[in-house]
Amino acid sequence: MADSTAVKPKKKLKFPQFGKKEVQKDAFGNETKKKRRLFKYNRINRSFGGDLFLTLVLVIGGVFMVFPMIYAISNSLKPMSEIWLFPPNLIVKNPTFKNYTDLFNIMSNSLVPFSKYLFNTILITVIGTACNVFSASMCAYPLSKRQFRGKKTIFDISTLSLMFTATAGSISTYIIMTTLGWIDTYWSILVPTLGSSFALYLIKNFIDTFPDTVIEAARIDGAGEFRIYWKILMPAIKPGWLTLIVYAVQGFWNTGASIFIYREELKTLAYALSQIAAAGIARAGVSMAISVVMMLVPVLTFVVTQSNIIETMATSGMKD
Amino acid sequence: MKKNAEGVLDDNKLRRNVLLKKKFRNLDLIVFMGPYLVTFAVFTVLPVIISFIFGFTNFNMMEWPEWVGLENYSRLLLNDEIFSKAFQNTLVLSFVTGPLGYIICFAFSWLINEVPPKPRAFLTLLFYAPSLSGGFAFVWQLLFSGDSNGYINAWLQQWGMISEPIQFLSDADYMWPVCIVIILWGSLGTSFLTFIAGLQTVDKSLYEAGAVDGIKNRWQELYFITLPSMRGQLMFGAIMSITGAFGIGGTITAVFGFPTQDYTLHTIMHHLDDYGGTRFEIGYASAIATILFVLSFVANQIVQFLIKKIGK
Repeated sequence: MADSTAVKPKKKLKFPQFGKKEVQKDAFGNETKKKRRLFKYNRINRSFGGDLFLTLVLVIGGVFMVFPMIYAISNSLKPMSEIWLFPPNLIVKNPTFKNYTDLFNIMSNSLVPFSKYLFNTILITVIGTACNVFSASMCAYPLSKRQFRGKKTIFDISTLSLMFTATAGSISTYIIMTTLGWIDTYWSILVPTLGSSFALYLIKNFIDTFPDTVIEAARIDGAGEFRIYWKILMPAIKPGWLTLIVYAVQGFWNTGASIFIYREELKTLAYALSQIAAAGIARAGVSMAISVVMMLVPVLTFVVTQSNIIETMATSGMKD
Repeated sequence: MKKNAEGVLDDNKLRRNVLLKKKFRNLDLIVFMGPYLVTFAVFTVLPVIISFIFGFTNFNMMEWPEWVGLENYSRLLLNDEIFSKAFQNTLVLSFVTGPLGYIICFAFSWLINEVPPKPRAFLTLLFYAPSLSGGFAFVWQLLFSGDSNGYINAWLQQWGMISEPIQFLSDADYMWPVCIVIILWGSLGTSFLTFIAGLQTVDKSLYEAGAVDGIKNRWQELYFITLPSMRGQLMFGAIMSITGAFGIGGTITAVFGFPTQDYTLHTIMHHLDDYGGTRFEIGYASAIATILFVLSFVANQIVQFLIKKIGK
């Protein structure tokens, strides 16, 4: 890298430009007819009919998938008289925000201020997600790219643990937490997030696809292990840890009543809101509003990360 | 060999340096892997081992566990009729929803990957919506409910197709299909997003190379390039689908209640929750968990074997 004259000018990859040329050549230089295409998106081997069929399938599937969400949003805007209407309306006729204002009124009357619940949930979500991402990726890097004894065993045990139902271990975990004296503290929730085998497996898959030659080149150039991890590997596997962030945020945000936490001021937002909804049918509208409110943060995280995943891949040109 | 004329390095010194380096070469692994390994061992491996041992005892959380050997297992496999029903239900449900859900996950993520980036992000959101809105299974309960609030019954009656409401949630003839539809609807979760991300990491130049080498359409491209390139994600998705399929329980409870009418949809997971969470027979519940683990393990070995064969 020291000799700057040795660096060649960047070569641009030439994709076949289907949209622009009237006549194009195939791989052997013969002229072929221009293909009609539905998407102006550089892809080889795609037919017009196939793209049309694909669009239809996706639109129909998407409507079916998103239906309960639309329904819940619509119901949360319904006044009380419309919720119990027979036959029921799918889409709200006279939308009102009464359910939401009711929800905020109930929240402001609570014993422990709601900002406390919200703060607890945010704390768990942020720290938990960060622990998940860093501990898993730091462990997965040597597991995938270094040679040492026992590395296969570690990974096999991690994989096996994915197949054991978490519910079954909850009593044993409780015993361990009692021994450690972590009952009724946040340690019991936050520390175990460092050892998520799910996160490890997910991240390791992405590191496995990263070419070894790049890491070796960096080592020869004198980069330390931590620098390789932080400056080369992490940017390259961005789709991996962004996906992990989506799962983690979703999971931690919905953390409800934990069996390790008893003090009211340590409880989470999901728990507090579920207590409001538990009051019965009189709060049917309010409980719909709660579902919508709880959904906001996961959806937002999802939108932000997904747009980033697509961005990364458009700019990266890593090759083995 | 002796000391170098320039005095740079003694050969012995050099050898010692190399040896030292070799000995401590992997020392930084402690920093990299320590946090994960310690917490994983304490909060995942240890509970599993303890729970496995509980499987051989009689433990009600009040008294010290009493060693009973294989009694829990013999009672479970030979004398528990509800468990054998739950076992059958779980097997049938997971053989239907597991592979089907897995294929749906991959099919949709692959189809979504075909469209341009902007609509792709939007479509991913639509298809992932069921998982994002985790608690929305109750919407299905409203839809299929047998009383006057059930939407589907209301519409069918309005259009004059039925005179009596259909008991979708308690009539055994309808419970199975309704349950399968709901589980498949919710199956686009973890594996789906992993597939989407995995499809992005496939090396684009392979497609050009493939086109030159004579790949004609998207199907060939899928089988010869895409699938082999994302074998890791496929395996991950498989594990998630298997554990998901054998662990079905929560969704059924949310829609059909617990226990389901005549135990029609009683699964191993329900049985486990019943004994572990309600009756506090921890030893018995641990034995159930061990059997569930063995089931997942066997299914996983089969699937991993199949995935290794793709594209070869």
